[in-house]
Amino acid sequence: MDLLDKFDNITDLRASLPFEKADPFKVVIEEVISETEAIIGGRRTILAGTNNYMGMTFNEEAIEAAKKALDDFGTGTTGSRVLNGTYGGHKALEATIADFYDMNECMVFSTGYQANLGMISALGGKDDFVIIDADCHASIYDGCAMGNATIVRFKHNNVAQMERRLKRLPADAGKLVVVEGMYSMLGDAAPLKELLEVAKQYGCMTLVDEAHSMGFCGENGRGIAEELGVEHLADFIVGTFSKSVGTMGGFAVSNHPKFDVLRFVSRPYIFTASLPPSVVASATASIKAISRSGNRRAHLWENARQLHSGLKQAGFAMCTETAESPIIAVHLPDVMIGTKFWEQLLMEGVYTNMAAPPATPAGMFLLRISVCAQHTSQQVAEIIARFKRTAEKVGLKV
Amino acid sequence: MAKTATLELIYGLIGPLNKKNIDLTPATTFAANLELDSLTVMDLVADIEDDFDIILPLNMLPDLETIEQVADAVDTIVAKG
Repeated sequence: MDLLDKFDNITDLRASLPFEKADPFKVVIEEVISETEAIIGGRRTILAGTNNYMGMTFNEEAIEAAKKALDDFGTGTTGSRVLNGTYGGHKALEATIADFYDMNECMVFSTGYQANLGMISALGGKDDFVIIDADCHASIYDGCAMGNATIVRFKHNNVAQMERRLKRLPADAGKLVVVEGMYSMLGDAAPLKELLEVAKQYGCMTLVDEAHSMGFCGENGRGIAEELGVEHLADFIVGTFSKSVGTMGGFAVSNHPKFDVLRFVSRPYIFTASLPPSVVASATASIKAISRSGNRRAHLWENARQLHSGLKQAGFAMCTETAESPIIAVHLPDVMIGTKFWEQLLMEGVYTNMAAPPATPAGMFLLRISVCAQHTSQQVAEIIARFKRTAEKVGLKV
Repeated sequence: MAKTATLELIYGLIGPLNKKNIDLTPATTFAANLELDSLTVMDLVADIEDDFDIILPLNMLPDLETIEQVADAVDTIVAKG
């Protein structure tokens, strides 16, 4: 029996999509011109579908630090954080993040995915409950699947539904509520104050994933919890270096006095190689730069608002009423129009993300656009103009 | 065997999702017969949880392929209190 036969339906589904000139799952970026432009398929293209929110990928200090670390420490550590893979740079990065979050403890993981996997699988033990928002990222679901806890799911951002579930759980059981600050598909923020307050009322510990909100939410760019003044209600905050920070890796911060023991029980932390010194050095420099990037944050929000209002005025079906984040998502009526729209927009020189079920909630078909702090207002205006042109060309009535 | 009342309630919740209007029986499967994706099934489970005021953990979902299996699980959890 061929073990790959079970995926034939996926092959069929892909084959049924009407792509002619490009395939959204096989896009190759041939040349990177800047944080906001690249050559794709030989065309100069505005990048409006990256997670490079703060535009840190070409930050001079981060690049210099990475080059120096390469020269001084070589290309990789070849080992686990708990064996030979912790260099001075890893400890300095953890201290930088703890300082950035004004928290006592920080653990750096090799990816953001592993940070969620490592935290949730370690915290949720056999007799414990992990309560998650339905729209949580795959890394949170996978962290749940990897651990031994009982998993309870509540409808997206629905505080009342979460509370009804918490009421049904044993009062004295270990409980971890896991939510995100910002959700990456629709770009919608969580009602974090209400969620965390109710979670605490029922004696839960809480973990907030700020992957898509770190860098530009809150006065210091720490995320939605900072913006809403509820960081004290989050026992653990998880984040990533692969979005606003512009490189690769993940972290968790906490004030819990016993936090350090997780280094010895979290398998995704232990059984993988640590981040290369150059990546660690660029992450450290980038986070320091982000903490003094008030102007850049302000411009990113201006870009988000300009794009949202421009597309809304043009008549597109927006997924959020206002720009809640640098992620601006547009509803498209169906898979055929969606596919054609994405493809034509790329031909017009704008790269966005096509998002389809099951990665999207409730079977929605979306075009997900993300803006960068380094986009100029002219570039944002150009994105809007090309959206309108694309709608005309593919016959999307707006 | 699941209680008739439990089955009836679940049939009612599935109603709006039964796009092809197939006959619902205890043996009806969510994936093959009703053609529901895993997210829709999870949302259905949330409605069932609220109707019966119980918790149906996500961990159980891989074993719940038919309506009867869900009804049996609901009855067992309700009986346990």
